[in-house]
Amino acid sequence: MSSREPGSTGLPHIRLEGIALGYGDTLVQHDLTFDIRRGDVFVIMGGSGCGKSTVMRCLTGLLEPRAGRVLIGGESLWEVQPAERSALMRRNGVMYQSGALWSSMTLEENICLPLEQYTDLAPQQMRAIAEYKLALVGLAGFGDYYPAEISGGMRKRVGVARAMALDPDTLFFDEPSAGLDPLSARRLDELILELRDSLGTTMVVISHELDSIFTIADDSVFLDAETKTMLATGNPRELREHSPIKQVRAFLNRGEVGPDERV
Amino acid sequence: MPQTPGMTTATSPPTLSLESRDAGRATLVLGGTWRLTQRLPRLARAGELLEQAPGVTALDFDTEQLSDWDSGLVTFIAGLEQLCRARGIQCEPGGLPDGLLKLLELARSVPQTGRGGHAMQPVPSFVSQLGSDAMDLIQSTGEIMEFFGEGTIAFRNLLLGRARFRRSDLWLIMQESGADALPIVGLVSFLVGIILGYIGDQQLKEFGAQIYVADLVGLATVIQMGALVTAIVLSGRTGAAFAAQIGTMQVNEEIDALRTLGISPMEFLVLPRMLALIAMTPLLAIYADLLGILGGAFVGTVVGSLTLSAYLTETQLAIGWNHIIQGLIAATVYGAIVAASGCLRGMQCGRSAAAVGQATTSAVVTSIVFIVIAAAVLTIIFDAVGLS
Repeated sequence: MSSREPGSTGLPHIRLEGIALGYGDTLVQHDLTFDIRRGDVFVIMGGSGCGKSTVMRCLTGLLEPRAGRVLIGGESLWEVQPAERSALMRRNGVMYQSGALWSSMTLEENICLPLEQYTDLAPQQMRAIAEYKLALVGLAGFGDYYPAEISGGMRKRVGVARAMALDPDTLFFDEPSAGLDPLSARRLDELILELRDSLGTTMVVISHELDSIFTIADDSVFLDAETKTMLATGNPRELREHSPIKQVRAFLNRGEVGPDERV
Repeated sequence: MPQTPGMTTATSPPTLSLESRDAGRATLVLGGTWRLTQRLPRLARAGELLEQAPGVTALDFDTEQLSDWDSGLVTFIAGLEQLCRARGIQCEPGGLPDGLLKLLELARSVPQTGRGGHAMQPVPSFVSQLGSDAMDLIQSTGEIMEFFGEGTIAFRNLLLGRARFRRSDLWLIMQESGADALPIVGLVSFLVGIILGYIGDQQLKEFGAQIYVADLVGLATVIQMGALVTAIVLSGRTGAAFAAQIGTMQVNEEIDALRTLGISPMEFLVLPRMLALIAMTPLLAIYADLLGILGGAFVGTVVGSLTLSAYLTETQLAIGWNHIIQGLIAATVYGAIVAASGCLRGMQCGRSAAAVGQATTSAVVTSIVFIVIAAAVLTIIFDAVGLS
């Protein structure tokens, strides 16, 4: 790939091999095979309802695939013992679309919970870490608020802070910019890039916001709802110009694939 | 003159008529105001008009008299086009307002993905309904088994000191389900004591044996009613709250957020709730027993003209430790049932607001059904082991 960004080391970190996913009688996606390199910002993109979030549920240990393997640092997420899977999952941080903050706890307690569960830090140290993570997402001083007392955009940012609590190897973002004003969306994009550059965290981002995709993505996979599988992988800026597949170019060019051609 | 939508003119009722012209051509004349708030002609009316003019092969439109319209007319025309296609009539929409033609075009231009909406389900036959009910039963039994399996593992982890939950949550739930329930449990128990006392008093005074009201109220309350009243109040108050809390967490992806951190929701959410109710229900039942006896004493002294000390002494003589132990065992079992039903239905909750409502209802129904079953089973067991 020509456009290597700083922070990318190029080593495969997560590998999907022939993954098929579904709920009940419904097949959502099949034959997914791609690599996510350590230190990349990797975007899972595609139209609404194509199964992007389902793929994320599989990668974060919530939905067992019907076929195939997910390798994280060489270990197969769905074939190891539950305790080992739990340990692998702990190395991920996940930001959910709505924030998914625990509503009965303050923002500080939300960030402290993973620390309480998995570290031996003193309460004072945990509070200091929580305050620092909140400051990172621009919410210093909000530690005592409850999730219901802050706006949706702020909840998303706290979701990021909580996902970063244990300094994970991989951060997953489910539609980070959805429902945010342009400035907040841009700030979140910048935050993703800054964290990747400074901590070397691998970022897996689900998105269909083109501006955001072109700003942050090093690499991507395009999922299609019709054929229920991936159509392309690669840097989205290159796919936009050179992908041989019409749907991919159409998606990345907002429907305009040629001077007179519309999809 | 045809108008664009949104224009307000004096409303006149919508009109529809068909003018037949030369050689199989007909014109549908639309007049008046075609808005959704009007009483619009039905599509069947157009069908009747077309039937009254046999031999029509082409249909055009006259909208000179049309004053105002909105999507009421658009859907009528769309339906009419289908009707014409089915009857082999050529539809020529040239005479319709431009805006309407554009709206029709827009509705047609959205690609059909074939995935929107569910196919119409035919009404299932008795046999297939029976089959699908049986499958549902098997599935729900499986889910309950899984819940109890995971619950057992969580309890094992608790005994090994490895369970992950916040102690502060446990205290808070104990307070909410225990101390905060005192007024309602007290009131209901006191009133149940009064009811039992009245019934006893009316029957026993026939034999001049009013003193035995104390035995009747005391034994009934301590053995069964105290625990039962507490459990039923708790199932409506606390079990429903558990189901709603956990169900809402399911909807908001909060449970996913726990799972992705490797924290078991069984340990983090279900275990403290089970422990809190198992600890608090017997305590509340003792309190309910006392208030129930007080209710009986109120009737005995006010209606039955017994002295309070005679009533209490008789109660003390009637009740043995075996009766108290029966009540406490029953209360503990009921507490576990209420907590398990609330948590089970919460964990099974789907991802919508309606599902949270269903989970809450079903938590209360499940717990009351199982409480009554448990009451019957326990009575038989206590009798068999000689506790009664």
